[in-house]
Amino acid sequence: MADYIRPATLADAVSALSAGPCTVLAGGSDLYAATGARGLSGRVLDVTALADLRGIAATAEGIRIGAAATWAEVAAAPLPPACDALRAAARTVGGVQVQAVGTVAGNLCNASPAADGVPPLLALDAAVELLGPAGARRLPLAAFLTGPRQTARRADEVMTAVHIPAPALAGRSAFRKLGARRHLVISIVMVAARVAVADGRVAQAALAVGACSPVARRLPAVEAALAGAAPAEAAGRIADAAVAAALDPIGDVRATAEYRAAAAAELLRRAVAEAAG
Amino acid sequence: MNRPAPRLSFTLNGAPAQVAADDPTRRLSDVLRETLGLTGTKSGCDAGDCGACTVLVDGAAVCACLMPVARVAGRSVTTVEGLATDPAMAGLRAAFLRHGAAQCGICTPGMLAAAAALLAANAAPSPAEAEAAIGGVLCRCTGYRKIVAAICDAGRPAAAPAPPPAGAAVGARMERPDGPPKVAGADRFGADVWRPGGLRLRAVRSPHARAAFALGDIGAWAAATGGVAAVFTAADIPGRNAMGTIPGYIDQPVLAERHVRFRGEAVALVAFEDDGADRDLSGFPVTWTPLPALDAPAAALSPGAPALHDARPGNVLAAGLVRRGDAAAALAGAAHVAEIRIATGFVEHAYVEPEAGAAWMEGGTLVIRACTQAPAMDRDETAAILGLPPGRVRILPSAVGGGFGSKLDLSVQPYLGLAVLRTGRPARMTYSRTESMMATTKRHPAAMTVRAGCDAEGRLVALDFDGVFDTGAYASWGPTVANRVPVHATGPYRVPHVHARARGVYTNNPVAGAFRGFGVPQATIAVEAAYDRLAEAAGIDRLAFRRLNALRDGDATATGQVLAGVGIDACLAALEPRWQQALAEAAAANRAGGPLRRGVGVASCWYGCGNTGLPNPSTIRIGITPGGRAVLHQGATDIGQGSNGVILQIAADAAGLPADAFDLIGPDTHLTPDAGKTSASRQTFVSGRAAEAAGRALRAAILRQANAGEGARIALAPGAIGIDGARRIDLAALPVDADGYVFRAEATYDPPTSPLDADGQGVPYALHGYGAQMVELSVDTALGTVALHRITAAHDLGRAINPTLAEGQIEGGIAQGIGLALMEDYLPGRTENLHDYLIPTAGDVPQVDSILVEVPHPEGPFGAKGLGEHVLIPTAPAILNAIRHATGAEIDRLPALPHRVLAAIRAAGGAG
Ligand SMILES: Cc1cc2nc3c(=O)[nH]c(=O)nc-3n(C[C@H](O)[C@H](O)[C@H](O)COP(=O)(O)OP(=O)(O)OC[C@H]3O[C@@H](n4cnc5c(N)ncnc54)[C@H](O)[C@@H]3O)c2cc1C
Ligand code: FES
Ligand code: FES
Repeated sequence: MADYIRPATLADAVSALSAGPCTVLAGGSDLYAATGARGLSGRVLDVTALADLRGIAATAEGIRIGAAATWAEVAAAPLPPACDALRAAARTVGGVQVQAVGTVAGNLCNASPAADGVPPLLALDAAVELLGPAGARRLPLAAFLTGPRQTARRADEVMTAVHIPAPALAGRSAFRKLGARRHLVISIVMVAARVAVADGRVAQAALAVGACSPVARRLPAVEAALAGAAPAEAAGRIADAAVAAALDPIGDVRATAEYRAAAAAELLRRAVAEAAG
Repeated sequence: MNRPAPRLSFTLNGAPAQVAADDPTRRLSDVLRETLGLTGTKSGCDAGDCGACTVLVDGAAVCACLMPVARVAGRSVTTVEGLATDPAMAGLRAAFLRHGAAQCGICTPGMLAAAAALLAANAAPSPAEAEAAIGGVLCRCTGYRKIVAAICDAGRPAAAPAPPPAGAAVGARMERPDGPPKVAGADRFGADVWRPGGLRLRAVRSPHARAAFALGDIGAWAAATGGVAAVFTAADIPGRNAMGTIPGYIDQPVLAERHVRFRGEAVALVAFEDDGADRDLSGFPVTWTPLPALDAPAAALSPGAPALHDARPGNVLAAGLVRRGDAAAALAGAAHVAEIRIATGFVEHAYVEPEAGAAWMEGGTLVIRACTQAPAMDRDETAAILGLPPGRVRILPSAVGGGFGSKLDLSVQPYLGLAVLRTGRPARMTYSRTESMMATTKRHPAAMTVRAGCDAEGRLVALDFDGVFDTGAYASWGPTVANRVPVHATGPYRVPHVHARARGVYTNNPVAGAFRGFGVPQATIAVEAAYDRLAEAAGIDRLAFRRLNALRDGDATATGQVLAGVGIDACLAALEPRWQQALAEAAAANRAGGPLRRGVGVASCWYGCGNTGLPNPSTIRIGITPGGRAVLHQGATDIGQGSNGVILQIAADAAGLPADAFDLIGPDTHLTPDAGKTSASRQTFVSGRAAEAAGRALRAAILRQANAGEGARIALAPGAIGIDGARRIDLAALPVDADGYVFRAEATYDPPTSPLDADGQGVPYALHGYGAQMVELSVDTALGTVALHRITAAHDLGRAINPTLAEGQIEGGIAQGIGLALMEDYLPGRTENLHDYLIPTAGDVPQVDSILVEVPHPEGPFGAKGLGEHVLIPTAPAILNAIRHATGAEIDRLPALPHRVLAAIRAAGGAG
């Protein structure tokens, strides 16, 4: 049986966190799935009543996604085309029931190597905002995710928002997810590609691959190879070997390591073709 | 921290509701079911994976198992019970009934909730929108197509359908009689009924595939752990500590004694107080000594391998053989020979309802209410385990949320019986999803080698089949698989020289048992692949090759049985138009190039209905009450397949009464005569024949009483039977028998078969059903992914007693065949949940065009044959044949996951 609190203000949330270790509860789609019990146990801090954690809005510096925004809210938000990959990913996290409650922060804090939210946000140069008794801080998403199911979040911190900087809102993005069935499927591989075209040439390319390394990764060497390409030729510049060199996939019940690397390259080509097209 | 208010208020199905907020993080599903008694919301996984618990919170579909109850404070919750009384949902419920969208019905509450959320936003959804809306709700029975159709058709006014008149029930698309409670959330499954204040049982199970174990100080553990009422071990079992399904093969301990043979085997049973507290087994005193496990038949068959069971050195459980002619010589002389080696994995039944039940004493009788496919077998087995005479055990089958073979075996029954008998208190037991997957049976993995040969004209001359089937740690239905496979190995084709062997081999893997088709689906994958190669070698169209070789009336099978009523060529012929068109479309699409390659594949099935060369009688009773109602004692458990409708339709027409004159008495070992088990596609045929005979006998008795002629029309009225609309029998004037009937008929039918001899020769089945399916798909040659476009399925079922139910069986069987072919792989310790063990979702089953072929069989009721297992047999081989047609890829290990397909494409030198 849990000791449960659902504060309405950040101040109350922080004071609960400073009183000792808490399980932070958002949508619960990871937390409840992980227990066979009738409920949760220990001290539980429910963040879903915190107005500061809700909402998706344009800010002076870019876009702020409240940490407790649900995937359904992300999918429905009027975001610019650079966020198309994120919105597409939102529509593939579980089924509608999971999208109705599952949150962006939950996906990032849970830090599964197969978290579908991560590659699109990496391709958007996203940063996460954390708040604890010691105050607020921001970390690039890539620095926040430190390993499979490991993050830089301190035990007394709560994630409050995800920020997308304005420069990363250039261009369009696309998402590709590969699984062994149509709905409700954990990714074998998923990729996000964001491409900005200027003067008929690729000016910015941001590529990220998930489920092919302990933590989803950007692929800077492959991105560099796209710079200056004509949009129609960009996908063709993605070489299998360069993608494989940038990743570190494992073999498991869903696929072999070699397959993952090969599929990642192919999915990147398709995502780039869509984003650049 | 602030403690929350002690009560939590919300709106439940339109009315104010309050619950104690003692644990605000309790799952909403648990509060709905346990605290509020709304058991219409189902629990299939407690992990968000099945969607059975879907409810509406402020109109949005959510999984109640993932929602802390505190989160609904001040909000509005709608469950299936609320939808059932919502006039706006009447159209949806009627559409579900009309389309046969609820088979077992366990997924129906979640489907209705997901559909309601969609319809509130979009009153006329497209099929794609409906499919996306139910993408998070799993159904294992229907194949989803009828659910999608029903959702799209929910706008039609909900007029009650006119019941078919007397004599017109057979062949009618009658709605299933048990449908209304299913769409109202009122059907009660295994976990839905229990006596309060009793015990809640949990089994302690092995985490190791093979281990010795020692139990520690159980008394101390129980004293230190809250709420333990009793703990039982093997020593407490009063009767035979062994369960199984086939005499001579009863080898699985109910509770293991000193060592365990598979991961998931039970070693102790803990009875907790059923007081709402969350109990767990942590710290239970057992010390495991893991031992090296035999993890595959190859290891178990290797010389010097330890015997799993002393009685079977060498680890061979059973071997089946069919030998006719000289296969080796015929293969040596064949113009073309094809050889296939292919292996399949464990497949989990994955019904949405995990095993569950409750039990209590009624006087001296132990009553066990649980989900089952075989009530009479449950009674006899449980009685033997508990040392009771069978008459003191009463089995009340609950509504069954899917079975597919696994619920033929005992699960919770002996544990419930043991606890109730020893404590005198009521008890209930519900397996968790992982427990259900670990502890119950699976489809046998098969490693098969096939050599088939034909002459220069493409006529099959010989087949050599060798299959090793991993039967796991205990026998279950392994002997049945070993016997059925060789008998069916040729498929429905004329093959003069046959040598077919199948062995069931013990390993330390999960127990493999009965699963829709008893090994025949696996064998068909290998054999139909070989036939495709032969057709190609002989330069004959693959469908034409099958028609050339199809069995015809008067042909003898590999067991020497001479057949009548053979419908395979009619099925293949029915595919012909679509086949030609599909081949042309695929060729045209492939000319365009690109990574997508289209392919078309075909495969056939045949399947003997009933036990293989063994008696398997069914008895059906019908009575007429003095009040003028007909009562059908229907003991054939309906696990969703539709016996409640089919048996009624047959009985009604045989009696010459309208179907709505009947009341059903469902299976109950105290009230219904034994209609045998629901397996082997036998209920429509065997119980149907008994129902037909009972109906005719009843009619004869009535006509005799009225002194009326054969053709007289009879009609039931309150207190009377009308004859030809002119005369009437006054029922009040007739004597009433012990069961309260004025007329009564009971009939037994046992199909005429003969046992097989040492070479597998004999007449194993009274009749067979036939079918053929073709699959159109495309393969992404760069990724190895497969997209199914369309499946055309022609099945000869003799007579379609109820075409809607028949189509439902076909679509559901196809969905399971898709899972077998493309995604399902049960790996102990790794895919023990519905997150990692993937079954098809609504988006994975393409358009299915069913063609019902009716070649009557003289032995079947109204000519009908069985269908339930046939339908999944051709799907997987047709898919694999289509993948090869598209890409040249030869898959040698199922499921054909993308990485395997891509590797096979590359091995074949194809694109990618
Ligand atoms: C059936 C099913 C299907 C799924 N399919 C997918 C899928 O396809 N792709 C995918 O990526 N995921 C999938 N998931 C996983 C899950 O739904 C997502 O990761 C979701 O985004 C988690 O969000 P949540 O709010 O529900 O997390 P919760 O369960 O509430 O929390 C998850 C973790 O994050 C922590 N946390 C949550 N919010 C905060 C915060 N604000 N600050 C600090 N810590 C926090 C929690 O303490 C916990 O450790 C699936 C889950 C289920 C049950
Ligand atoms: S019980 Fe909630 S999704 Fe399965
Ligand atoms: S009807 Fe859907 S699971 Fe049985």
